[in-house]
Amino acid sequence: MKNKLWLNVLMAVLVSGLFLTVSCAKKAVVSDAGTVSSGAATTEDPNAKAKIEAERLAAEKAAKERAAKIAAARKAFENEDVHFDFDSSELTAAAKALLKDKAAWLTENASAAVTIEGHCDERGTTEYNLALGDRRATSVKAYLVDLGVAASRMNTISYGEEKPVDTGKTELAWAMNRRAHFAVK
Amino acid sequence: MMKKNALQGLFCVLLIVCFRVPVCYGVTYINISNPLLKKSPIAVPDFKAFSNSAEEVKDGKTAVQILNEALNFTGYLKTMDPVAFLANPAQSGIQLSEINFRDWTGIGAELLITGGVLVESPGNVKFELRLFDTFNSKLLVGKVYTGPESQIRRMIHMFCSEISFVLTGKYGVFNTEIVFVSTVDGNKEIFTCDFDGQNIKQITSHKSISLSPSWSSDGKWLAYVSYAKGKPDLYIKNLKENRGAIVNLKGMNISPDWMPGQLKLAAALSFSGDQEIYLLTINGEVIKRLTDSLGIDVSPKFSPDGQKIAFTSKRAGTPQIYIQDIGSGSVKRLTFEGLNNTSPAWCPDGKKIAYVGIEKNRINIFVMSIDSGVPVQLTADSGDNEDPVWSPDGSMLAFTSTREGDIPRIFVMNASGTDQRRLLSMNGKQTQPDWSISDSTREGM
Repeated sequence: MKNKLWLNVLMAVLVSGLFLTVSCAKKAVVSDAGTVSSGAATTEDPNAKAKIEAERLAAEKAAKERAAKIAAARKAFENEDVHFDFDSSELTAAAKALLKDKAAWLTENASAAVTIEGHCDERGTTEYNLALGDRRATSVKAYLVDLGVAASRMNTISYGEEKPVDTGKTELAWAMNRRAHFAVK
Repeated sequence: MMKKNALQGLFCVLLIVCFRVPVCYGVTYINISNPLLKKSPIAVPDFKAFSNSAEEVKDGKTAVQILNEALNFTGYLKTMDPVAFLANPAQSGIQLSEINFRDWTGIGAELLITGGVLVESPGNVKFELRLFDTFNSKLLVGKVYTGPESQIRRMIHMFCSEISFVLTGKYGVFNTEIVFVSTVDGNKEIFTCDFDGQNIKQITSHKSISLSPSWSSDGKWLAYVSYAKGKPDLYIKNLKENRGAIVNLKGMNISPDWMPGQLKLAAALSFSGDQEIYLLTINGEVIKRLTDSLGIDVSPKFSPDGQKIAFTSKRAGTPQIYIQDIGSGSVKRLTFEGLNNTSPAWCPDGKKIAYVGIEKNRINIFVMSIDSGVPVQLTADSGDNEDPVWSPDGSMLAFTSTREGDIPRIFVMNASGTDQRRLLSMNGKQTQPDWSISDSTREGM
């Protein structure tokens, strides 16, 4: 019985020693290897050090995530186009939903100035499509102004049918080309 | 007056009217606006080499070939195969008294051209050219042209203008040019060429997007749209002198058209927030706003008398063609069939308008008499067809078509829609032709 207790104590010491060894080894991998070999390191509380390190890592990760999120938001802002029906510059429900996201982004990024490009599919004549693209860009701008974005931060350009994203002759290609595109200046 | 105009811009080519031609006022041999026009067979035998030199024979062959190509381009003449010819005026003589007209009526030739070549000094050539009505054994027109060999094409085309005038009452297209858009390394630039697609010249090098060229009626100015400064602006450019103006108001500055006989233009601008048509000075200043309706107003085209504009408007919900009187402002809707009618072009006779209609994703060219309002389809089942523009004599239309390999190219057809053929062979994509008005054509109208 006494023997068994003794054995348990020994096991506890060994196991905790094993844990300490593991935590030291882990620390050596993720932080500066020099602190492990120096005498000073052994005088510090290893747990406190690990905690600071973990916090730093978490903060770093959060910052990275935040930056990635900002970049992704900007990318989405620039890459997600507002689409239109054929021969129309009216904003669909989907277009309005997307423009609310755009307005939110513009509010968060108060220093950003943008160009709103109006584009058309290839059907219709060059000149008519330039006018239609002009209307598409201005109707998007007007909606954003309604949502509180300063008009001075947005300018519009019509490209008509000059810059298709898809040169195919399908309904899908035409739908992709009927768009307002945002470019951050 | 006629002679004076023909002389303009001719460098060292000398023109002398040397034959007495019976003037037949009021007689039109060929009505070019007749849709059931049958082509008149015309014989162009070899030219006579007056001193029998090899240079004369060579220049004669060159001239006959240019003549054949130009006459066939008209759409109302058809040159005959020389194999059928029973006589050889190069040997038997080229003058009225030397021609046995039965030789020509017998093979069905309604018209005959004879020519003589004399090389007066090395590199300098004289042409003696005559057009005969074979069935009436009559000389219709006779001219002598003298100039350097480099100007043979020019001299033959001047004679073609005379042929056209005597046959149709109009000087035709031979002294005209076409301005158009072509891609170069992916950028749209403005180019010009002769009426038959020859002599291509690049006008702009903006390395941007350049569009919608329009020729002033004196032929000295071009207006066009370019993104050279980042957005669609209107460029007004003198072709000879380095001067002009840019209209770069907020929004779009597009679709210019020159007022006939005046250095003013109409264009669609959106600085007000709405796309409206304005009348501008040659310096690009707004004279007045012409249209006033919410929604798209674009593509103005002046009537030949400059009193009206035809344009595209979406005021009734779909794009349609309208006509507006500039003075009174009264507006009339022209097109009612179809949901998408754009890009009007006013015929020089003032009575018809060609335009683009889209039905079931098929883009085609139509023509409509303003009085009747009945649309006539000119293109069908041959790619997308856009950008119609009339030749200055109203006998032909140039347009853009994707019928060959799905790439836009410039084509021409007769006013009735017959003889549709490609005008240009060059690399890249060609669109948006505009036909110049020549001095001699204006004189004839």
